[in-house]
Amino acid sequence: MLENLSGRLGGVVKTLRGNARLTEANIQDTLREVRMALLEADVALPVVKQFVADIKVRALGQEVIGSLTPGQALIGVVYEELTKLMGAQNDALNLAAVPPAVVLMAGLQGAGKTTTSGKLAKRLKEEQRKKVLLVSTDVYRPAAIEQLKTLAEQLEIEWFPSDVSQKPVDIAQAALDYAKRHFHEVLIVDTAGRLAIDEAMMAEIKALHAAVKPVETLFVVDAMQGQDAVNTAQAFNETLPLTGVVLTKMDGDARGGAALSVRHITGKPIKFLGVGEKLTGLEPFHPDRMASRILGMGDVLSLIEDVQKTVDEAEALKMMKKVKSGKGFDLEDFKAQIQQMKKMGGMSALLDKLPGMGQLGDIANSQASDKAVARIEGIINSMTPAERRKPELLKASRKRRIAAGAGVSVQEVNRLLNQFEQTQKMMKQFSKGGMAKLMRGMKGMLPGM
Amino acid sequence: MFSFFKQKLGKQETPETPPQPAEESQAVEVSATPAPLESPEPAPAPVEPSAPLQVAQPQDKPRLSWAERLKAGLAKTRNALGKNLAGLFGGGQIDEDLYEELETVLLTADMGVDATGHLLKNVRDRVSLKGLKDSQELKGALKESLNELIGPLEVPLSLGEHKPFVLMVAGVNGAGKTTSIGKLAKYFQSQGKSVLLAAGDTFRAAAREQLVVWGERNGVQVIAQDSGDAAAVAFDAVNAARARGVDVVIVDTAGRLPTQLHLMEEIKKVKRVVQKADPTGPHEVMLVLDANTGQNAVNQVKAFDDALGLTGLVLTKLDGTAKGGVIAAIAKQRAVPVRFVGVGEGIDDLRPFVAADYVDALFD
Repeated sequence: MLENLSGRLGGVVKTLRGNARLTEANIQDTLREVRMALLEADVALPVVKQFVADIKVRALGQEVIGSLTPGQALIGVVYEELTKLMGAQNDALNLAAVPPAVVLMAGLQGAGKTTTSGKLAKRLKEEQRKKVLLVSTDVYRPAAIEQLKTLAEQLEIEWFPSDVSQKPVDIAQAALDYAKRHFHEVLIVDTAGRLAIDEAMMAEIKALHAAVKPVETLFVVDAMQGQDAVNTAQAFNETLPLTGVVLTKMDGDARGGAALSVRHITGKPIKFLGVGEKLTGLEPFHPDRMASRILGMGDVLSLIEDVQKTVDEAEALKMMKKVKSGKGFDLEDFKAQIQQMKKMGGMSALLDKLPGMGQLGDIANSQASDKAVARIEGIINSMTPAERRKPELLKASRKRRIAAGAGVSVQEVNRLLNQFEQTQKMMKQFSKGGMAKLMRGMKGMLPGM
Repeated sequence: MFSFFKQKLGKQETPETPPQPAEESQAVEVSATPAPLESPEPAPAPVEPSAPLQVAQPQDKPRLSWAERLKAGLAKTRNALGKNLAGLFGGGQIDEDLYEELETVLLTADMGVDATGHLLKNVRDRVSLKGLKDSQELKGALKESLNELIGPLEVPLSLGEHKPFVLMVAGVNGAGKTTSIGKLAKYFQSQGKSVLLAAGDTFRAAAREQLVVWGERNGVQVIAQDSGDAAAVAFDAVNAARARGVDVVIVDTAGRLPTQLHLMEEIKKVKRVVQKADPTGPHEVMLVLDANTGQNAVNQVKAFDDALGLTGLVLTKLDGTAKGGVIAAIAKQRAVPVRFVGVGEGIDDLRPFVAADYVDALFD
């Protein structure tokens, strides 16, 4: 999808270059791509529709900043809105209650409630020094109670024994009594997974809620969940006064559109992300990261930000002139390019600054590894300013010195010089307008990077 | 979807049974049902006499109960989906608005942008080819298109000549692997096969216990080890099955996300080691998919297929409001046969996949 979206945007960009304002006409294609991207990310359709409509209203008439195209500018707006929608950064748990503060976990089967309960207990114990009690009221799934018990033992956290012959409400109440008597600060109540349409089970969790009066009722959602997330979230939200959402299985490659659906429907903050099955894998939520994950376009976004912040337009122009004249491109410039590249998180972003080279980005990005780039920088840093300006000065003994200084072999210094020469040649070709030759040159150069 | 079935079943046969996924309630249900107690076949019982009651249930009237359940289950799907559809196919002209509604319906069923585009184009072609005018006819066209797309996924599991037949189960965390294995064991038993389970989920807390409990309920032997090596458990299980003359070995594995590369390597190893115990095996590598999953299900199928060479899918949790439409996307991008659908937490709530039933359930 990332390739898709960036690719599609590339196409849109070409036709729209030069527009100064976002208008209905010039954002339409991009809006359609955004809609597709959101749907592919499993954001629920009603949410997508409303979101796209809102974006349109907000975007119309906006000025297109700097060298951005209308399409890119719109994506910027989309990203901002999405981040805003995702809510405040890192909403922590509110445990300000007369102890024990009760946390109730709710969600579908297989969402990850029990694992999340364990992770949460560990977090509270280690980061806030809370005395935590865990209890499972899942009397339905075989060995669910056993699972929580095992987790609790691994974590060295106290758990309240329960049995499948008991009623969930009775278990919870007994655990609450126990927690009170033994001065536990937090009681985490794990529940059985249930379908939102299962009235008996929904009534049960409502009764559970009434019995233990939790300060936090967390809705646990699988990041991989599809369109049905809206229905589920709505049903749970209507049954229980939810206070927050935990998004689990974030270490997968799902884009996590469910986060937006759930957030939109319930209006409740996403408090944690579950990452991995290890018990440390519970992270605070970052709306901005989630937004770019859902859009599946981290690179495009950072490029937009770069244009807005990092890159000094004037300097970019100077570089462009140098490149175009084909003269005076020395190792100092080479290094400056590398540094800019690093600042912007990848070669593709840099290439995008050069008109018409955005399409090369994928190749460049996949082949230029950060390590190699750091090495090149190290070698250049080991040269004197004079050497950088006049690479032809470099003979055997200087090369040995540089290699020693950078902690590499002489061969690597030679390789860098070769690459530099090729780049120089490429720049000359570029100045003569040979785009096809340039592409060939690029491919030759990149693998070595 | 299956809960639809359940509802209807509940109304017609056991009105007093709450639609609880509980094991307990399941048992209650069984005894409350005017079941022809263990009447025709304690067939699966030879292994364990504890099973007859539960076994009897699915065999009571398998056809009826299954169809009823399916309908009931899908009724829920319909409620969500069908609200749109009622208006949609209510008659009148076929126009762009109608197509847009149709798109909405398909997208909300998790079919994904790609498959939805494909289906819409297909429906448009049919409409212009046959000169369809009425929106009611459009429904027929859509059903045909959908059947054409997912029909090829309907390939029933056949045990063939292998003995033991080695079935390996994989899936992401929480997809319902272990629960499905319990149901699979039941399914094979009801066909008169003996079953052995291998508790290969050596990672998640109490996963082994969960399988053991399932085994007890089914009267099925479970091979479990204290070691953390899933491959070793699988190896032992296959050898034990051969020694004991068991028909089917089902190998459970720990849930894993395809992005956890080391775990994907581990499951490849399980398969390799199974091959050491039985060079012809595993005879079936099944991926368990949660019907709630969105477009990531396609990634899952691709990743597990690349790693293991999948031969079948199980679509679980169709008893909720999720429609599992992602199988349309799967049919389009990586067609792996759907062997079974899971329609509830009851032990007999696993049924062979029938594409036409599924499509009907979506639209009728």
